Amino acid sequence: MNTAREDILDAVRRARGREPLDARTCATLDARISTPVRHLRPTFDEDLTARFIRKLASRSGTVARVAGRAQIPAAVETFRSTHGLARCAAVGAGLKDLAWPADWTIHHDRAGIEETLSVTPAFAAIAETGTLMLLASPESPTTHNFVPDNQVVVLETARILRHFEDAWAALRERTDGMPRAVNLVSGPSRTADIEQTIQLGAHGPRRLHVVLVD
Amino acid sequence: MDIRSHEFQARAVAALHDASLQQALDKARDGFVAKRAVQVAELSEFEALREAAKTLKDHVLDHLDHYLERYEAAVVAAGGHVHWARDDAEARRIILDICKRVDARTVTKGKSMVSEEIGLNAALIDAGLTVVETDLGEYIIQLAGEAPSHIIAPAVHKTREQVSDLFEKAHGGPRLTEIADLVDAARLALRERYFQADVGITGGNFLIAETGSSLIVTNEGNGDLTQTLARVHIVTAGIERVVPTLDDATLFLRLLARSATGQETETYTTLSTGPKRAADLDGPEEYHVVLVDNGRSRMLAGPFREMLRCIRCGACMNHCPVYGAIGGHAYGWVYPGPMGSVLTPLIKGLDAAYDLPNACTLNSRCASVCPVKIPLPDLLRRLRHQQFKQAITPRRQRHALAAWRLLATRPKLYHALERLTARALAAIGGRAGRIRRLPGARGWTEGRDLPAPPGRTFLERWQTERGQS
Repeated sequence: MNTAREDILDAVRRARGREPLDARTCATLDARISTPVRHLRPTFDEDLTARFIRKLASRSGTVARVAGRAQIPAAVETFRSTHGLARCAAVGAGLKDLAWPADWTIHHDRAGIEETLSVTPAFAAIAETGTLMLLASPESPTTHNFVPDNQVVVLETARILRHFEDAWAALRERTDGMPRAVNLVSGPSRTADIEQTIQLGAHGPRRLHVVLVD
Repeated sequence: MDIRSHEFQARAVAALHDASLQQALDKARDGFVAKRAVQVAELSEFEALREAAKTLKDHVLDHLDHYLERYEAAVVAAGGHVHWARDDAEARRIILDICKRVDARTVTKGKSMVSEEIGLNAALIDAGLTVVETDLGEYIIQLAGEAPSHIIAPAVHKTREQVSDLFEKAHGGPRLTEIADLVDAARLALRERYFQADVGITGGNFLIAETGSSLIVTNEGNGDLTQTLARVHIVTAGIERVVPTLDDATLFLRLLARSATGQETETYTTLSTGPKRAADLDGPEEYHVVLVDNGRSRMLAGPFREMLRCIRCGACMNHCPVYGAIGGHAYGWVYPGPMGSVLTPLIKGLDAAYDLPNACTLNSRCASVCPVKIPLPDLLRRLRHQQFKQAITPRRQRHALAAWRLLATRPKLYHALERLTARALAAIGGRAGRIRRLPGARGWTEGRDLPAPPGRTFLERWQTERGQS
């Protein structure tokens, strides 16, 4: 008896009226995978940073700009106190070296069910749609992106890329290959499942705040 | 899910008389259409992207076997498992076997239309598992014991009052009436479920051969919590979901959110590649993909292969006057609206869903908004043709169609009868020019008057008036 795999692949080939593809066609198709076809991309003249901020804000994401890495904890503290959050946070280990306020309780483990705030390093961002690109790693656990009510993402201005395709190219240049999870985040969690009324904080963070490091 | 498409006519009538449903549909109808129009107007490349997406999908379908094999190899290289299911029963068995092997008790689910298609929930529940839908819309209809009525807004048929009733019954406590409070209540109720889950099941909008990744888009983040927190992540996807590269997926993503919810992008787009890595602090221990055929390879062979381009955005139903009047449940299975009227007979059989291809005015709005340019009205017409050929069309209609053909191929007889009918109807219409009751067409005149023709046919007027000019 054939396996389901063979049956399905055979059925697909029969449907196209042919045998398995010859070596030459396979090579052409494989080349199409290793060198992606360049598709049409939306054109825009806007400054990348301005567009990123504008697009993210249109989906209720907020942005604070700081002059250097050392100012990140203060910017996060401003966000924390503005929203009256407890002095505890899950901070991605990639941001461990920063001088976090001494009276905060900080950990670098995965986010637990009671987590209220996380601080996450971004790999890049995409100006086209105002989207953050977060990569799963021990330094940036995926639960930080979805479990807490509030997420602060740290992004270097130089990492704002034009199109999604530029972000894929940056991903391919990494030496450690494809991360387990790539999260493209374009704002706080939302739903319109009750009477098409938009409501923030469906399951993921209610607030998404970006600290943009120039 | 059992198919009830044969009850279409009765269910459509009931839907038209369902005040809550009509209230919910009224609210939904214009929102989707207007939001999509704004996004389309803002992207000057939209039409060119539609054409490129159509071409790309056709390329993939031409070489589907190759891309599926490459995708499989990439998933395995990332430490994941690929399972192949010829039909719905096989897909259910594969998923149940995984659940049993890992000793699962609780299964959380992100929104997946393929899981609806294969009737997964009932099978899991029968096996003694606790199944929790986590998409807010899916959660609402799970509480109501109903099927989704829309492929991207499953609870679009529910009013806020109905959601209040369902939540009061399920969660207890004071009755909540504000949408913000209802969303919070669902958030709270589902939070622990994510952490308890042994298995998390999601769909896959795209499967990427280049990286072996599955891609999902959500606004709520529920799919991500489902697949990150469960011990085992299972992806269910149709075999037509594979695309060669990340760049190729991007072409579709630019069309998907705009066409579906009228957003430039959904809030979350997530690529998942294999299970948790050695040093990772979170993520599933196992990663499985179930590739479901269930009629798709058959579709690929015939004249309906264009339907396999579908990226499940729902724009066709949002723009369909029939769907807008009766909602999704009348269609009787998983996929409603124009795409459902093509898919249901193709997956479940021409005779199981006779009414669906016929409940269409062929106005072509669906085709004009489809992001991958599926000629839905042509496919529906072709299904009607096949029904006629296979003698599934009811005898009365077959006779009527045969009689019409007899006349239509004999122009003189046709025009003579046309003249006679026009005069008779004009006479019945009288001075008012309206016919209140027409024997043999009671269904039409019950709800409205039939405007009477002026007594002379178009051809008669054409001949005399052309002579004058």
